Amino acid sequence: MGMTMTQKILAKHAGLDSVVEGQLIRAKLDMVLGNDITSPVAINEFEKIGFDGVFDKAKISLVMDHFTPNKDIKAAKQCQQCRGFAEKYDIINYYDVGEVGVEHALLPEKGLVVPSDCVIGADSHTCTYGALGAFSTGVGSTDMAAGMATGEAWFKVPSAIKFNLTGKLGKWVSGKDVILHIIGMIGVDGALYKSMEFSGEGLKSLSMDDRLCMANMAIEAGAKNGIFEVDDITLEYVKGRTDRSFEVMKADDDAHYERVIDIDLSAIRPTVAFPHLPENTKTIDEAEKLNIKIDQVVIGSCTNGRYSDLEAAAAVVKGKKVAKGVRAIVIPATQQIYLDALRNGLLEIFVEAGMAVSAPTCGPCLGGHMGILAPNERAVATTNRNFVGRMGDTTSEVYLASPAIAAASALTGYISGIKE
Amino acid sequence: MNAHGIVHKYGDNVDTDVIIPARYLNTSDHKELASHCMEDIDKEFVNKVKEGDIIVAEMNFGCGSSREHAPIAIKASGISCVIASTFARIFYRNAINIGLPILECDEAAKDISAGDEVDIDFDTGVITNVTKGKTYQAQPFPEFIKDIINKGGLLKSLKG
Repeated sequence: MGMTMTQKILAKHAGLDSVVEGQLIRAKLDMVLGNDITSPVAINEFEKIGFDGVFDKAKISLVMDHFTPNKDIKAAKQCQQCRGFAEKYDIINYYDVGEVGVEHALLPEKGLVVPSDCVIGADSHTCTYGALGAFSTGVGSTDMAAGMATGEAWFKVPSAIKFNLTGKLGKWVSGKDVILHIIGMIGVDGALYKSMEFSGEGLKSLSMDDRLCMANMAIEAGAKNGIFEVDDITLEYVKGRTDRSFEVMKADDDAHYERVIDIDLSAIRPTVAFPHLPENTKTIDEAEKLNIKIDQVVIGSCTNGRYSDLEAAAAVVKGKKVAKGVRAIVIPATQQIYLDALRNGLLEIFVEAGMAVSAPTCGPCLGGHMGILAPNERAVATTNRNFVGRMGDTTSEVYLASPAIAAASALTGYISGIKE
Repeated sequence: MNAHGIVHKYGDNVDTDVIIPARYLNTSDHKELASHCMEDIDKEFVNKVKEGDIIVAEMNFGCGSSREHAPIAIKASGISCVIASTFARIFYRNAINIGLPILECDEAAKDISAGDEVDIDFDTGVITNVTKGKTYQAQPFPEFIKDIINKGGLLKSLKG
């Protein structure tokens, strides 16, 4: 029987000709990632067991992005511990304030992941790199520690759901709307333990930023990974970012899928996920009618803090002002995105509109810092989760949306579509 | 290996943000994490929980963030096993890797109530509800995973 794209990549990294669903394998890793929250737990375990060293100092990334610039003394100590570990083992890809970006925006930008790689990260949104045609999945700190020591991880080979994309996105509709639409359709456990494989002629209308955003939120449907077929857009993105060679792998024609879901991109409307689960979706047309008053807008994160996200938000707010009573926070996801946004005048548009622009950080997305919500407050955020208490007090609410919708909502003070 | 305790019961989609809110992730100290376990879904949990108690929940337990702090906080609270209809996959791995026993059993997850006294035999996968006088059959761990647990977690199994 043929293999899915994910199964082929896993077979290759396990040194096997083929694998089948449910098979337990050990696979070789091309990258092991951790951040300032998950790495300390991994380092504690790594040191307690007493490993002699890391498997490859170039294949580990330590990214200080969650509670940085350090939000308090405890957070500072966690970064200090990671910094010490990186120095001790000469970890090449250690990123700290001044160079750091939100990990899942940073690694693709730096060319640290290429098609057909096998990657684990102690962060659930590690599935983002599936946009590049890599097998990439989130794990915990113990798996990270084991990965750093041995360069391998155990996996149960997943089955897959295929998403056959057709058509073309409409104006002001983005990858965020597509993935929210899909999660609304299949639910937060709709792809539990499975791969979500995206292919079809509709791929042509999805930019790399759209794909990174969609693969990023595969975990919100419970998926093990999300993965995109590699095409010219992928190859163009990777070109110039790395000198590593790679083989492009495609699913076999006779691969088995548990389900094939057709998605007509042209039919998707801007979509908002209501509290407190990413599956509680409504189209903007439905959402707007409910007159939901908001207190804060956050534009950023590993889901939507990339250049084209800022560009969409800037196009909406240019020459206008944020509504009185709304706190709008823009967080470019990497230093490069920040610099590009600065040079191209986007930051000026944001500041003139009355928005605060922050250094790259995960910050408010997980209720860390830089925009925590008070009791009963509501935010529209371009982030990925709207669980109870995710951005602050347990009575606060997060509505997930695209950068364009978040920006439009900042201008009116209510959840709003784009007014042309 | 067996577990025996009183049940704390939850519903679907218990996420790792409510198990251990991110505002407490500026530490990796197990006791400190345990002192905030389940805080955003059940403020009384830390006052009620006793050594050996069992958590029972329904679909997709442990969804969301990959934070290993979640199973660590549960284990350090004294919980001897989590039973759920299904687990989110990262939580499932993390629990095994740190040696927190977990069992998937839809029938038990639906039938067991808060406060029930439950007995678990991990070798056979038999869950006994002492209060209701019923038993449920969970799938015991595959050998590969039993080996990790028997050796005291993933890292010890690699080093051993």
